[in-house]
Amino acid sequence: MTSVLYDVPGPKARARSRVISVFGIVLIVAALIALVVVLGLPKASANGAVQPGLWDASRWDVFNDLQVWRTLGIGALNTLRMAAVAAILALVIGILFSFGRASENAWVRVPTTVILEFFRGMPVLLMMLFILLVFSTGSFWAGVAALAVYNGAIIGEALRAGIKALPSGQREAGLAIGLTPIATRFRIEFPQAFRQMLPIIIAQLVVLLKDTSLAFVVGYNELLRSGNYNLSQFFGNRYSFSFFFIVLAIYLAMNLSLSWLARVIARRTGSNGGGVKPTGSTAPPSKPADPNLIYSNALGAQSTAGGVV
Amino acid sequence: MDAVIDNLPTFLEGFRNTLGLLALAGIGAFILGIVIAAMRISPVGSFRAFATIYTEIVRNTPLTLVLFFCAYLLPYLQFSPGYFQLAAIGLTVYTSPFVAEALRSGVNGVHVGQAEAARSIGLTFGQTLSFIVMPQAIRMVVPPLINVFIALAKNTSVAGAFFVFELFGAARQITNERGDAVIAILLAVAVFYLIITIPLGVIAGRIEKKVAVLR
Repeated sequence: MTSVLYDVPGPKARARSRVISVFGIVLIVAALIALVVVLGLPKASANGAVQPGLWDASRWDVFNDLQVWRTLGIGALNTLRMAAVAAILALVIGILFSFGRASENAWVRVPTTVILEFFRGMPVLLMMLFILLVFSTGSFWAGVAALAVYNGAIIGEALRAGIKALPSGQREAGLAIGLTPIATRFRIEFPQAFRQMLPIIIAQLVVLLKDTSLAFVVGYNELLRSGNYNLSQFFGNRYSFSFFFIVLAIYLAMNLSLSWLARVIARRTGSNGGGVKPTGSTAPPSKPADPNLIYSNALGAQSTAGGVV
Repeated sequence: MDAVIDNLPTFLEGFRNTLGLLALAGIGAFILGIVIAAMRISPVGSFRAFATIYTEIVRNTPLTLVLFFCAYLLPYLQFSPGYFQLAAIGLTVYTSPFVAEALRSGVNGVHVGQAEAARSIGLTFGQTLSFIVMPQAIRMVVPPLINVFIALAKNTSVAGAFFVFELFGAARQITNERGDAVIAILLAVAVFYLIITIPLGVIAGRIEKKVAVLR
């Protein structure tokens, strides 16, 4: 699209762009090196004591200790455990919500809509605190329940948008061959909508995995708490940076691999997906794209909110 | 209920700080987001690569970790302008790639045919951009952008866990004092959040509908 805005660059413009590019690389690399060097300088604290720089071996020797890695591993496992339980529950809740919202009975539809709006407009953290204090469930279940309800509400919206985007002939055909409305929804509409919305759902699960770190606040021993908080309390401030970098690396590894999976699935379901032709403006684009982009298109106005938390 | 009414000043102070964080981080993230988005669509390869890597890394880092860095590790580096400012910095950094993605998807979402048509009737680059592409892109960008700010409003609650006295911090303090009225207090806090998020959501929905008719 940018190429249409102006004439195709000639040799001069291309050369100029290349020069700027090289200049940019030099600038960025220089800035990064400067940052690394500044962080590595020994620094004097307020009382005059000089501490070694951040890359000094004395700040990293804790990682020779196997126990440290064990603690980090247990933290990561706790994070994954919470994410897995919450993801399964969120899917179940999301399916229930989507049926409630798409129901023909106003007595079901309207309350579901109100509850859904309520859950989507509230911070997950507040929900965790609420569940922890009101139901006194312990931090694990408080985190799981809050994540499941919040992400379930968002997945429910996604599924509803998927059902709405189906051609109405699908439902009519199901009813015409004698299936009950519920059977039509379960066996005809829902499988197609689920498939269509799979990239969005997985993108939401990445968000869920990220959000497990909020359980840090209610005292669950997940990766952030055990890595950054407990370990650096135990070994002292000296190591807090080292622990931060390691925890960041673990989080990035987990989230990036899940994001990558989402992209692969988006590509596979997008290009030759199950023959569902989206109709209307609420339908996701038929071309595979970044799940986040599909997300905002498919769910309409209020939905991207969830994808960001 | 009396627990809520008695502590109304505390709630309002928290609410003010939440709004302050939202405004400060919102403006910061908007500016940083524009820079990142511009880098991502620029013809200069190195800027594009840098912006892509930045987006990927920040988007896949939990907000809690970002704020942990700001609240615990930046003061350790002798950079401590106060927890409110630190939280605002953290939220700005965390939100900026989402702003950038919203902007980029808006500009990319304008149909190529529009620009082609504008070029073919002889408009210059500036005219194409200002009369044809930008008016459509801005309309498409506003709803997702509002959604980013809704998410930011909810995310400010995490700052409450890192020594900032905003709504969530107020909730924690008041529930500590009044353990007998936890439900009422937390529902009141939820209402305060909904006061911010629901109107924004309605506005985004309105604009979305208007755009849908036009296209």
